[in-house]
Amino acid sequence: MLTWLPMLRVGVFILCAVPAALLSERLLTGGLGANPVEALLHGTGSWGLRLLLVTLAITPLRHITGANWLVRLRRQIGLWAFAYAAAHFLIFIVFEHRAVLSSIVEDIIARPYILIGTSAFLLLMPLAITSTKGWIRRLGKRWQRLHWLIYPAAVLGVVHFFMLIRANRWTEPLIYAAVLVLLLGFRVLRRWRVG
Amino acid sequence: MLIKKRRPSDVLPSEITPESIYRDRRRFLKTSALAAAGTILAPEFVTAKPMEALESLDGLADSPFSTDETLTGYEEITTYNNFYEFGTGKEDPASLAPGRLEHRPWTITVSGEAENTGEFAIDDFLSGLTLEERIYRLRCVEAWSMVIPWAGVSLASVIQRAAPTSKAKYVRFDTLYDPKVMPAQASRGFSFLASIDWPYREGLRIDEAVHPLSFLATGLYGKEMPSQNGAPIRLVVPWKYGFKSVKSIVRIHFQETQPETTWAQLAPSEYGFYANVNPEVNHPRWSQAEERRIGELFKRDTLMFNGYAEEVAPLYAGMDLRAQY
Repeated sequence: MLTWLPMLRVGVFILCAVPAALLSERLLTGGLGANPVEALLHGTGSWGLRLLLVTLAITPLRHITGANWLVRLRRQIGLWAFAYAAAHFLIFIVFEHRAVLSSIVEDIIARPYILIGTSAFLLLMPLAITSTKGWIRRLGKRWQRLHWLIYPAAVLGVVHFFMLIRANRWTEPLIYAAVLVLLLGFRVLRRWRVG
Repeated sequence: MLIKKRRPSDVLPSEITPESIYRDRRRFLKTSALAAAGTILAPEFVTAKPMEALESLDGLADSPFSTDETLTGYEEITTYNNFYEFGTGKEDPASLAPGRLEHRPWTITVSGEAENTGEFAIDDFLSGLTLEERIYRLRCVEAWSMVIPWAGVSLASVIQRAAPTSKAKYVRFDTLYDPKVMPAQASRGFSFLASIDWPYREGLRIDEAVHPLSFLATGLYGKEMPSQNGAPIRLVVPWKYGFKSVKSIVRIHFQETQPETTWAQLAPSEYGFYANVNPEVNHPRWSQAEERRIGELFKRDTLMFNGYAEEVAPLYAGMDLRAQY
């Protein structure tokens, strides 16, 4: 069955790696401009959020198109979203705070958008850890309940983005918010109709 | 009198890499890295910026106020700009301003509470004044900083010529208003840029304005001012956040009351009239305790009054800097 699935997985892998490759290439060539740390921080954050939304789009797409094989790409995309979010968080810790714990904690307490962003990342962590076949088997029904955490994580991620906007550059976060509402709305409607 | 004490951490002038070598090194790194990356990835072409013909400024006098810290590169200074008249992106001014902003003819209007008011062609306005180089730290309210070798004249010398009256308690500076040149000024609708009451306005208390550190810059790196950095003439107040240092000035207005300034009007809880660099007073949304010096990876501590406390702290004696931010 589905002999082309491994190929498709490789394709998805390459596609998801493209932003990371482009960011690295620009970092090496000076293409990130005068403030490369800021550019990396924004780039990894944006891609983490985008791929999180793609992960959430799999189920609705599956229901609409009937292409059930889509679900077999979901783990990989979800893990890529986590990887970008982790890179984002790591850059924040190392380059914004020189990895000094007291400085990080102070920032989290003082600034709500940092707290919200950190919470979103912490919610994704158990999902990444339990994404293996072994954990899925071990957790059984509880696995699904645990992975429901992706919803609050995505909402917090979008809120985090909204809160750090300066000069009213709302377009990008508004698009993410609209997509998220659409994706969550689909689930609510479906559940309501299925009863 | 200002006596400069050399700290052990200070960089000797002889240790500073000249800009030409600095840029060659970067070009070498760029081309070699590109060649390496190009074998794996399709090379990404960066569109060439329209180059401006900027004349050299000769015979710049040295200043005791100059810092000997490592200079930020010319490329960084001229491609990472906040000049919202050309858009809110950092690269927007460099891609839009050169070619659009004509540096001559340029008229500066001196108005308000002063004896010598009127309209002056910029070259008459500047004639007879000593052109100096001042290497200043620039600290942006967004928590990044640069070290910039400005060229220009002391603001005090300009103000002296204008001969403000005793009623002149404040001085206001206006940026050019010309939507044909500055596309963001033509913004309509719900965009942030449309909500700005153009032209951009900034101001200083008169004693701040005549302080020897206050400067009107007409160039940088020994050349005429690039358009994106506020050609042909801009304010530089090194102990205040960068947004105070208004670009492309067309009017200097003396007045008795504190001027309404652009950012203080837009977001009064985030940006005050004084806007002195102060690591102890945070922006409501981010910390001002540290800053990223452009070109460095890690953040460094922000200094009180951006390191100019010795010179300017007396201006604010007795003021509550938390309330008057």
